[in-house]
Order: sequence, then C-alpha cells, then structure tokens
Amino acid sequence: MTLTLRNIAKTFPGGTRALLPTDLDIAEGEIVSLLGPSGCGKTTLLRIIAGLETADAGASIRFKDDDMTHQPVERRKVGMVFQSYALFPNMSVRGNIGYGLKMQRLPRAAIDARVDEVIALCRLEPYAGRTITALSGGQRQRVALARAFAPRPRLLLLDEPLSALDAALRGTLRDELAALLRQFGITAIFVTHDQDEAMAIADRVAVMSQGRVAQIGTPEALYRAPETAFVARFVGNSMPLGGKIDGGTLHLPGGDLTLNATATGKAAFVRAEDVKITADGPLTARVETVTFLGTHYRIALSGATDAPLFCLHQGLTAPKPGETVRVTIAPHAILTLEPEKAAA
Amino acid sequence: MRIGKALQLAVTLLAAAFLLVPTIQSVLAGLTVNYFQGLKSGLTLKWVIEVWALYSGSIFLSLGIALACLVMTLLIGVPAAYAMARNPGRLTRALEEFISLPLAIPGLALALALLQLYGSYKGFRLSWTFILVGHVLYTLPFMVRAVMSVLAAIDLKTLEEGAASLGAGPARRFVDIVIPNALPGILAGALTVVTLSIGEFNLTWMLHTPYLKTLPVGLADSYASMRLEIASAYTLIFFVMIVPLLLAMQWASARAQRITR
Amino acid sequence: MSSRLFVALCLVPLAVFALTFLALPIVRLILSSGEGEAGWGIYLQILQTPRYLTTLVQTVLVSLAVTAAALAVSTTAGVFLTRNHFRGRSVLLSILTLPLAFPGVVVGFMIILLGGRQGLFNTLLPGHVVFAYSIFGLFLGYLYFSIPRVLLTVMAAAEKIDPALEEAARTLGAPQHRVVLDVLLPALAPALIAAGAIAFATAMGAFGTAFTLATNIDVLPMVIYTEFTLSANIAMAAALSVCLGLVTWVILFVARMFSGTTVAAGG
Repeated sequence: MTLTLRNIAKTFPGGTRALLPTDLDIAEGEIVSLLGPSGCGKTTLLRIIAGLETADAGASIRFKDDDMTHQPVERRKVGMVFQSYALFPNMSVRGNIGYGLKMQRLPRAAIDARVDEVIALCRLEPYAGRTITALSGGQRQRVALARAFAPRPRLLLLDEPLSALDAALRGTLRDELAALLRQFGITAIFVTHDQDEAMAIADRVAVMSQGRVAQIGTPEALYRAPETAFVARFVGNSMPLGGKIDGGTLHLPGGDLTLNATATGKAAFVRAEDVKITADGPLTARVETVTFLGTHYRIALSGATDAPLFCLHQGLTAPKPGETVRVTIAPHAILTLEPEKAAA
Repeated sequence: MRIGKALQLAVTLLAAAFLLVPTIQSVLAGLTVNYFQGLKSGLTLKWVIEVWALYSGSIFLSLGIALACLVMTLLIGVPAAYAMARNPGRLTRALEEFISLPLAIPGLALALALLQLYGSYKGFRLSWTFILVGHVLYTLPFMVRAVMSVLAAIDLKTLEEGAASLGAGPARRFVDIVIPNALPGILAGALTVVTLSIGEFNLTWMLHTPYLKTLPVGLADSYASMRLEIASAYTLIFFVMIVPLLLAMQWASARAQRITR
Repeated sequence: MSSRLFVALCLVPLAVFALTFLALPIVRLILSSGEGEAGWGIYLQILQTPRYLTTLVQTVLVSLAVTAAALAVSTTAGVFLTRNHFRGRSVLLSILTLPLAFPGVVVGFMIILLGGRQGLFNTLLPGHVVFAYSIFGLFLGYLYFSIPRVLLTVMAAAEKIDPALEEAARTLGAPQHRVVLDVLLPALAPALIAAGAIAFATAMGAFGTAFTLATNIDVLPMVIYTEFTLSANIAMAAALSVCLGLVTWVILFVARMFSGTTVAAGG
C-alpha cells in the first residue's frame, strides 16, 4: 500500500470527538473519496493527512516507508486543493502555480518549464498572466488544482473542490476533474458530501458517518451491497420500508412481499427506482402526489408502508392523486440490513 | 420636506464654514504684510521665511520623529497584528484593548506616567527618543488595527495553509503571503501614523525639552509669544505638510476598507 | 521553527514595548498618586476640595454641551451628505473631515482667529466681541475637533443602512419626519452612542486647545498641568490623571460595546 493510516483519531479541545480511531489503506494511483454528511469527520481526516491538524496520540501516517506522522505540513509533499481554493490574491496565475516549485528552490528555468507544462495540462494558457480576481469560479478551481499538482506531490488532497461552484458548472467540472486526475495518474483523496461526485470521480469510496468509516468499496459495491442502513440511505437514497420481517416474508400495512432469503429481525430498504406500479402487484397503495420530472414521474404513495413510499414511474402517463394502485417490489431489490440503531 | 432639506443644507454649510473660515484666515494672515490693516497692506512671504529661520529645526525634528515612529510601529505593529489576527479570542481582544489605552487615556496623563517612571534617567529623558516613545505609544494602536482589520477580512488561515501545503515555512509565509495581502492596511496605518505623529501635541508638550521642540510645540510657542502673522505663517506651513498627508490617509483608509467589506 | 513558535515570536516586540512603556508607567503613575502627604486619601481629597470639584463639574458640563452640539450638527450634516449627491459634495466632505488630525493647539489658534482680540468677529462687528478666551471659546474649540470625528462615525453607519428600509416605510405611508424618527435614528443609534462617547471623552481629556486658549478656565487637564508644573504637587497631578484616564477609558469602553470602531481621540 502507498498510504497507510493507522489509528487516526481526533478529539478537539473541549472533548468533541471529531474522528474515532480509523484505519485506511490507499494504493498507488488510486483515487479515493471520503463521502459523508457534514460533521462526519471527513474533512478532519483529510486535514490530518495533510498535516494541517494533528491527530490524537497513537496515530500513524506512513507513505510507503516514510513515516510522516510528525512531519509539519510544509515537508509532507502533499498537494492540497482547498474548498475556497486559497489562491494567493497577491500573485498571478503563474505565480500561484509556481509557488510550490519556488519553495523547492528549483532553478528559474526548471520552474518555468514545469509551470508551462502544468498550465498546458490544465488548459490554462489564456489565463496564465491574469490576476486571481480576474478569474471565474471554474478557472480558479483549475488553477488551484494546477498549483497543488505542479510541485509533483506524492499525494493530492482535495477538500470539496466543487462545492464553491454553482450547480450548472459543477456537473461539467466534475467530469473534467475526474479526467484530469486520471491523466495526472496521481494518488488522490478527495472529500465530498455529494454522492454523485464521489461515484463519478473515485475508484473507491469511503462512506463516513459520525466520526468513523461506515463502509469502503467501489461505487458499485456500495450501491448494490450496502452493509449498513446508513450507507443504504446515504448512497442511492434507500427508503426504510418498515413493517416486520418474518422468515422470508415482509409484512407491510399494504400487503406482504417475498424476500430472497430469510431475514428475521432485520430492517428492509428499497430505492425509489425499484418500486413499480403494476396491475397485479401484491401491495395496495393510494397515490398522494405526482411530480413530473421530465424523464419520469416521482409519485408519493401512502398506505403501502408506514411512512410515505416514493416511486419513480416511467411512461407517458401516470396515475392521478387519490387513485388506488397496485405496487410490486422485486425480491432482489429489497435490501435487508441490521436495524439502524445498531448501525449508528 | 423642502424646508427640512434646506435646513439640513444650512447646518452643513454653517458647520463647513465654521471649520473652513479660520483656516483661510490663518492662510491669509500668514501671507499679508499687516493683518490688522488687512489685505490692502499687500501680500508677502516675509513671515513664512521668518518662521523658517526660527522653526525649521522643529519642523525637521518632527519629520525625523515621524519617520522613526513609522519604522517602530511597522516593526512592532505589523508582526503583532499578524499574531493577533491568527489567534482571535478573548486574550487577543484584551491585548488589543490594552495597547489601545493611549487612545482613551488623555496624552497628558500618559506623559505624566512616562515622566514618573523614566524622568530620572537623564540620558533617555533628554534625548529625542523619549518623545519618540510617546509617539509610538499613541500611534501604535492605529497601525495594529489597520493591519488587523485587513487581515481579518481575507481568509488568512486558509491562504497560509495553502502556502504551507506547497512547502512554505512560517517565516516564508509571513513574507510571501501575509505582508503582500496586508499591504493596503499597512499603507493606511503608515499614513495615519505619520500624520498623527507630526501633529501630536498633548504627550509631546510634557515630554519635550527646551532643546527638542517638535512642530506643534513650536506652534504653541509661536501662538503664545509671536505676532499673529508669524503664528499664522507657521500654521500655514503646518497645513501644507499635514493636508496632503490627511488626504492620502483618507484615500488609503477608504481603499483598505473596501477590502474589508 | 514551528508555526506556533513563529506566531508567538511575532508578539514579542509588542509585549516588550507595551510592558516597558505602557504597563509599568501606568502602574508607576497610580503608585505616585498615593505617595503624597494624604496617601491614598488623596482621592477623597479631590472630592472634598471645592476647586477640584468645581473643575470636575465644569469639565463634565462643557464636554456634555460639546457632545450634544457635535451630535446635532454632525448627524444633520452626515445624513444630508449620505443621502444627497450633488456637485461640491466631496469638497464639502473634505472640509468637514480634514480637521480630524489638527492638533489641539492649532484648533485653539483657529478659535483665536475667530473670536480673539484680532479675531474675525471683533473686527467685523461693532463693540468688543471677544469670546476666544472664555468658556464659550473652549466650547467652540472642542466642537471644532469633535465635528469631524462624529461626522465620520455617523456617515459610516448611515451608508450601511439598507435604503429599502426607508422605502418600505414610505410604501407603508410614513411621512418624511416619521421615516427619520422610526427608521433612520433607530438604525443610527449605536453609531450615535459611540460617536457621542468619543466626543465626550476627547473633550474631557483635551489639553492642547485649553492650553492655547485658557487664560483662566479651569478644566481638568489644565489643572493637572498646573499642579504638575507650577505647584509641583505630583501626587495630586497623578491622582487627577488617574481619575481622568479612568473616566475617559470607561466611557470609550462602554461605547465600543455598542459599535465596533472608534475614531482617533486626542485634541
């Protein structure tokens, strides 16, 4: 493993435990995302890796054979892209990108050559001489990435790199960022609270909750086989079905559903896209609201489960509010997990 | 409503006249042959030249002290403002409050305090550095506040973290990031320091010696013992020095404040 | 060198300077005040000696009058200049703010030029119109340097008032004077308190103006000065200084709690 984290924990003055003891291994060239809601400890973990926060005693951060646990940030050789970008307003785009190289005391010519190379790589040629204030949000984001990457760091850290952008731009830049990181071929860790972002960019995603890593795996694995109720909810917005599981059957207010396997005592979850309205479904439900979303309808159903059940309905028409419909959920689409309290 | 507006304008103009008329009088008085006879007695530079002969030493002393005061406040104030901006909190507020005491406590009281403690060290008491200490005491809070307010407005912590992640140590960050970004505040603070130092009287009057008279001390001297034309000519010279500085100071402060917003 | 150490080092020059030339002298001044014949009873003596007590009352009264006048004039002018943009506005603004850094002595001279024996009024008006050396002259002098300070504070606050507030009041049918009363003045209140405190504290401690004008006016700074230089009553000078410093500091400190900034003192 390239980066080995052992027993990383953080207790803030005042006793708040931002991060519980955490282990993480990251392979060379891998792009890992730390995904979770705000306050889950993901940024704290990233800042500890960067050296911007100190972990509680007993932690170990190793990069290959180099123990960097006690190295100050300026000697860790990590590149960091900040949420606000932290571009130096007193320097031009070139000045910013060349700053890390200047700190390495490289000769002028070498700095210039490398800055040119990175500017070309990030397609920043037209802006090289500009001041930071003359750049748009998307351009700033690329300059921040170029600046972090220029000094050839052994690890690139990105803290919510897209959150400062408006929604329309975020989608485009997400794909661009994913492509650039792949092109760099660098080991990277990036923090986000947006599951789409994590899935689009990362090789592996570590879902974090309340100061610990709940599950780590490929985006597909997390989506298809969440291990905890939290992961199921957070990745792909699974809804708890409620009701009661008895052997291979789930008893719900609107009828019974068959499960793939016996799961007595567990909780059942389903995603909206797996809830189907069919003429002969086993559940009876009443249509509460219908929202047209272009590619599909989002329908809120009551009566089938204790809480409202949402269904993504494709087709040219949709049932009207107030109508009674039959609903089915395929056995393989029902996730049976430990009830939430135990998971949290 | 019309009347209200007219009244407001009248008050504004009256206030402006109250402030402006005597300054014009002093300019004219400093340039007329005989103020008592009025302008018809003719214009002259005689008084200005006489003031220069009498008080040029005071003027140069004031300029020298103002520059030395600027250097001191830069050396003491800029690093301190940085440290205080980096550690906002109760302790920093208390420290800021403490070093701002010379703004709240009348200069006379401060001068007495300095005299009580250091008056017997003759070498210090009789040198220009004793006056300098008073001026630094009085102007330092302006420098610290001007720099702090600019540093508080930029996201200093993240900028520094950015530089640190690129390999810059603390001293390097101070030179490369902190100072360039604090420049508008440093400039505003510097102009304020020089302006206030040149005009400082309350402390200086108590701290000065017969051989070390600053410009305002000389002014007080001329008001008490010289004819009106000479006092006016001296005031005129003071205006010529201080007004451009004041205008520059207001410009720089407005510029720094735009950043703070 | 660690970051923490560097930041700590940045405070060293300030700490050394403030300790040597601010903290220790103030302690010495307080101790000096108790070293007279009366000991610490000197503070009681201030209240029992009619001369000091009258001076104190007189200083407070002049300062209060100056504060009220400066607030009235500068608020009117400040609000007017914030809300009306016309040719010559910036010149007017410069005239009203430039005396900010005039030393007290110069301000005193300005009053002499207006109301002294060779002053404007005595020359233009019939009879003997000399007011520069009276308590009224002192009042005018203090007003002279208070107007710019109050004006700047008021204008800074007035510019921050959202114009939509006034527009909202108008759409609800409020006439102009109600808008001023219900919207403008409440929004300006913190600034007015702060500015008033600055004007008051500055007037209390002003020495230069009194020094230039005062032939026979007993205000606190002048009494301190004469106690120190003429009577060589060092303990009393120190005790009065401590009282004066304490009063002005407390007033400004309280004002600071109402508004973030204070403009330079010293007149």
